[in-house]
Amino acid sequence: MSIADALRGAGAKPAGKRPYFLDAEVERVLAITMSIAQELAVSRQRTDTLERLLLEKGVLSQGEIDAFVPDRAAATERALWNQEYIARILRIVQQENEAVGRPDDIASEDVAVEVGAES
Amino acid sequence: MSRNDPAADYDGPPDYRVIGRHALFPQTSHDEIERINFLAQMNRHLAANVVPGVKQAYEKRVVPAFEAAEGRPIANRHEAREALLADPAFQTWSAMRRMTMEQRQQAGRWTALRQSEQLAEKARELTEGDDRLKLDPALQQPRYVSAVDHHCMPGSYHTEYFPGDVTNGANYDHAGFVTTSGLLGKYSDGGGHAVARWVKRNLPDFQPRQILEIGGTVGHSSLPLAQAFPEAEMTIVDLGAPVLRYGLGRAKSLGVDNVRFVQASGEDLSIFPDASFDWIQTTMFLHELSTGSLRRIMAETRRLLKPGGIVLHVEQPQYAPEMPLFEQAMRDWDAYYNNEPFWSRMHEMDLDAEMIAAGFERDQLIHGGVTAVVDRDLFPDAADDDKEDYGRKAAWHVIGATV
Ligand SMILES: C[S@@+](CC[C@H](N)C(=O)[O-])C[C@H]1O[C@@H](n2cnc3c(N)ncnc32)[C@H](O)[C@@H]1O
Repeated sequence: MSIADALRGAGAKPAGKRPYFLDAEVERVLAITMSIAQELAVSRQRTDTLERLLLEKGVLSQGEIDAFVPDRAAATERALWNQEYIARILRIVQQENEAVGRPDDIASEDVAVEVGAES
Repeated sequence: MSRNDPAADYDGPPDYRVIGRHALFPQTSHDEIERINFLAQMNRHLAANVVPGVKQAYEKRVVPAFEAAEGRPIANRHEAREALLADPAFQTWSAMRRMTMEQRQQAGRWTALRQSEQLAEKARELTEGDDRLKLDPALQQPRYVSAVDHHCMPGSYHTEYFPGDVTNGANYDHAGFVTTSGLLGKYSDGGGHAVARWVKRNLPDFQPRQILEIGGTVGHSSLPLAQAFPEAEMTIVDLGAPVLRYGLGRAKSLGVDNVRFVQASGEDLSIFPDASFDWIQTTMFLHELSTGSLRRIMAETRRLLKPGGIVLHVEQPQYAPEMPLFEQAMRDWDAYYNNEPFWSRMHEMDLDAEMIAAGFERDQLIHGGVTAVVDRDLFPDAADDDKEDYGRKAAWHVIGATV
């Protein structure tokens, strides 16, 4: 079985119409969010496994991670990563707020009519 | 509570790595295991921390709103469920419970599908030429199995993706942990051990030679009976080829040899002559049938029992007038939202009357109760668990009869 077939098969819909308990839009977003919550837990556990293995092998010592203080350059890199990350995931909020300041914004659909007109 | 000692206070599913493995058990990567751990914790969280909120909403919002609108109390579990459907607490819990099941199926199916060819090859090595596996490719799946996939398990127990496939058995076996949070123990067989213990305690002189389980799937509930009575021969009947093939491989790899797996419907077991069995067992089975097939299966069990034999059905408790309507409505959830369409009807049937109609005598009926028997050092014990997960807890009723 190819990877593509296995992926498609894993996510296959069971026979039987799906019930919705919330507005479909909300339920769709919640379902995606819960899957991401699952994958976040998986990543967190993977990091934890890594830490424990490093401890066991003596690469890290107990408490070293909690006591870790990044130096100035590292702290800046990490802070920037956080800023970039938040900006990425909150893109829609940024764009909706920018739109408030552009009351004369026009839809491409309308421009299509305009630029496609004969004269 | 021991102060600030999270380990001593821990109440929840064990880490998945305590699960028992065998030759056909799928390989699981670190992340696949953690996905299962997360989903088991989700189910526990929903049962322990979210359901109490749903109950409170029922008492404080749903009931008063219904009574204000209708001028009378809620009359039955269907009205209770329909009223709950409009409440945000029930909606959110339901949406997340459904999603957790969908995520569990996706996670387990991925693990099984990505190695389906290797698993099939191992199953072939373990079962090829073994007359303890009897498949019937001509067997038709009944409507109550094919219409919707039980508990949202795509392809149900019977779909084969290629000849010799065991994917759906492997998915069912290795990821069922998510739903039971480990309450069924190391080999998901705590139900079977409970039944074996119940029989040894209540029928100490009973020495069955021929045991039949109908709807034995991969053998979780059956192998403990074969192990408890090593002199007996255990026959496991099911509709699904992938689960039976997987089941024999699993049994052999676990060293349980007094078993055979036969593809047939419990509605028509004419392959076996009258009075063939000393003991006929079903476990968490009746609720996946239909009214007509339940009756035909009960009649078959009567025909197949030897004089002095017993039949036992292990199921979640029936709806009774003493059971609060909230609990009944919550227990019905699986029927309506988790593709268990016969669950609701089955749990309101008068099973005593059905047994009598099938030819059993009223004064020969058996009633009892069991909770899963697990290795208590590693697994939570359902008998000590005061959480209620409405229909999923490892605590069951027994109804049966002797002849
Ligand atoms: C919920 S599972 C049973 C679980 C199993 N007894 C255990 O405790 O691990 C239901 C099983 O019954 C089987 N089944 C459904 N209808 C059947 C029938 N008419 N005859 C035989 N098996 C049937 C399904 O294929 C499925 O494997």
